[in-house]
Amino acid sequence: MTDNLISIENVSFGYGKTLLHKDINMQFSRGKVSAIMGGSGCGKTTILRLIGGQLQPNSGKVVVDGDVVHEQDRNGLYHLRRKMGMLFQHGALFTDLSVYENVAFPMREHTDLPENIIRDLVLLKLNAVGLRGAQDKMPAELSGGMARRVALARAVALDPDIIMYDEPFAGLDPISMAVICDLIRSLNDALGATSIIVTHDVAETFSFADYIYFLADGTVAAEGSPKQLMASKLPFVKQFIHSEKDGPVPFHADAPNYRTDLRL
Amino acid sequence: MERAKIDIWVGILVALGIAAFFALATKVGNLTSNDIRETYTVLAHFENIGGLKPRAPIKGAGVVVGRVKSIVFNTEAYHAVVELDIDKRYVFPKDTFANIYTSGLLGEQYIGLEAGGDENNLAEGDLITYTQDAVVLEKLISQFLYSKASEEE
Amino acid sequence: MNKLINFFGNIGFAVRSRLYRLGAGTRLFFLTLIYSADSFKRIHLTIREVYFTGVLSLVIIVVSAFFVGMVLGLQGYYTLEKYGSSEAIGVLVALALVRELGPVVTALLFAGRAGTAITAEIGLMKATEQLSAMEMMAVSPVARIIAPRFWAGMISMPILATIFSMVGILGGYFIAVLVIGVDEGAFWSQMQANVDFSNDIVDGAIKSVVFGFACTIIALFEGFDAPPTAEGVSRATTRTVVISSLAVLGLDFILTSFMFV
Repeated sequence: MTDNLISIENVSFGYGKTLLHKDINMQFSRGKVSAIMGGSGCGKTTILRLIGGQLQPNSGKVVVDGDVVHEQDRNGLYHLRRKMGMLFQHGALFTDLSVYENVAFPMREHTDLPENIIRDLVLLKLNAVGLRGAQDKMPAELSGGMARRVALARAVALDPDIIMYDEPFAGLDPISMAVICDLIRSLNDALGATSIIVTHDVAETFSFADYIYFLADGTVAAEGSPKQLMASKLPFVKQFIHSEKDGPVPFHADAPNYRTDLRL
Repeated sequence: MERAKIDIWVGILVALGIAAFFALATKVGNLTSNDIRETYTVLAHFENIGGLKPRAPIKGAGVVVGRVKSIVFNTEAYHAVVELDIDKRYVFPKDTFANIYTSGLLGEQYIGLEAGGDENNLAEGDLITYTQDAVVLEKLISQFLYSKASEEE
Repeated sequence: MNKLINFFGNIGFAVRSRLYRLGAGTRLFFLTLIYSADSFKRIHLTIREVYFTGVLSLVIIVVSAFFVGMVLGLQGYYTLEKYGSSEAIGVLVALALVRELGPVVTALLFAGRAGTAITAEIGLMKATEQLSAMEMMAVSPVARIIAPRFWAGMISMPILATIFSMVGILGGYFIAVLVIGVDEGAFWSQMQANVDFSNDIVDGAIKSVVFGFACTIIALFEGFDAPPTAEGVSRATTRTVVISSLAVLGLDFILTSFMFV
C-alpha cells in the first residue's frame, strides 16, 4: 500500500465565476515521480500553487503530509514550504545575486549554518546539476537551460521532501532536455523525494514518470502509468499521446459559420 | 568586495547629510553657540510689548546677550510678563532699564538693556523694575496730532 | 442615454479603483511595518538599498541643487535690486530652499530617479516569478524585498533634501557674492538673522521625512501591484512618478499651511 504524501480531495477552484477545476481528486505517492499533463490553460500550474498554498481552493481540501494546506497559519505554512522545492518555468533566479548566492539563499535564510559549511553544500548541489564551474556567474549570463539547472540546484538546496517542476522542458534544446530528464529522476531517487512535474512534453515524460494525470475540462480525464496510458482507448488520451491535430480537443475554436463570416 | 564598496558610499552619504545639516544649523540658521550657553532668567513687566516675540534677542549696547523666553498676560494686573533668558557671562545691576526697541525702521523688535549704577546685580528670578514699552505708531500719531492741536490754541 | 450611464459608470469605476489602490497601499504599509524586523537585524539589506536609492541619486541632487540655487540668486537679485534690498538675497535663497524647494524638488527628483527604479525592479521581480519563488521558499517577499527598500527611502530622502538645501545655498552664494558682487558679510549675516532653526530648518526636515514616506511607499506599492507584463511594469513606473509628484505637491500645501502660516 503506497502512502500518499500529497492528496487533492474534491477540490474545486476558479478565479472569479468560472471554475478551472471541478471536484478533482489526485494522489501523489511518496517517492514517486508523477506528471500532470494537459492542454495549455487547463490549470496544471494552478495545481502546484494549490499544493504550495499560494492559492486557496474554493471547496475541497489539499492535504500535504497530513496537514490541510489552506488551514495552516503563517507558521504552519512556513514549515510546509520548508519541505518543498519548486522549479519555476524560467528558473526565476534572483537577478541581483550570483549563481552561488542564489543556491545559498535558502540555506542562509532558513539555517544558521556557518559560511564554510554553506559553501560545501552549495558546491555539492551545483555539482549535482553539473554547474559547479558557473558559480560566480550572474543569472543574466546564463543560457535558458543552465539557468533552469541552477534553479533546480536551488530548489533542492535544503533536501526537500517534495519537488515541483513547472514546465521544466519548455523551450530547451534536446541535449538540455535529456539532462533535465536525467536530473529529475536521479534527484528524486537520491533524495527519496516525491516529484510532481507539470508539462505537456509526452516523449520525455513518458520515459521516466511513474504515474501520469491528464487534465481536461476541469477534471481528470485519464490517469495511470505510462504503459497503461499508451494502451488507453480514450480518444482524448490518444489524441494527446499521438500528437493528433484534431480530435476531442478541436482544431477550430468556436466561431460562426464560415460562409456567413466571409459574407458569401 | 561589493559590500565594502556599498558600505563606504553609504557612510559617505550619511556623513554628507550630517555635515550639511550642521552647516545649515550653524551658518545659515541662528543656532549659534550663544544658545547653548547657560542662562539665568529675570522678569520684566510691560504695559505694551508691541511686536515682541519669544526668542527675540536681548541686547546690551547692541550686543546680543540673551533671548526672550516667554511672554504671558497677567490677568490681575493687566500687563505683560516677559521672561528674559540672559547669558550667565553677562551680569546687570538691579536698576537696569529694559526697553523695547525696533531694529531698523520696520524690523523686528528686541529688548535693549541699559545698565544703571546699582552695586547689587540681578539674580535668577529677579524683577527688572524700570521698563519702557514699545512705541506704538498709532499712539505716536495721536500724540503728535494732540500736541499740534494744543500748539495752535 | 447609454453614454450618460457609461459616463457615470466610468466615474464610479475610477473612484472604486482609486479607493482600492489606497486601501491596498495602506495594507502594504502595515505589512511592511510588521515585517520590518529583518531590515534592522540584517542591516546590510537596508544599507544596500540606501546605496541604490540615496548614493546613486547624489549626482542629480547636487547638480540640480546648484543650478536651482544659482537661478534663485539670479532672479532674486534682479527683483530685490529694484527695491534697494539686494542684500537680502541671502535670506531669500536660504528661506526658499530650506522651507520649500529643498524638500519639494528633492522629493520630485527622488520619485523620478529612485522611485521609478524601485517600481521597475519590483515589477520585474514579480513578472519573472522571483517573488513567487521567494514565497515558495518560505521567505516573505515583504520582509526581504519591500521593507528594506522602505526604510532606505525614509533614510535617504531627508539626507538628500538637506544636502540639496545646503548646495543650493552655495549656488546662490556663488552667483550673488562671487559673480554679481553682493557683499559677502551682508549675505551671511542677514541670512543668519532671519532663518530660524526650529521654525524653518526643522520644519523643512519634517517635510522631507513626510515626502520620503509618500514617495517610497507609492513606488513600492506600484511595483508590487503591477501586472506581470512588460506593459504593466512600464505603466506602473509612469504611475509612480505621476502619483508621487501629485502627492508631494499636495502634502507640501497641507504642511506649509500648518507650519508657516
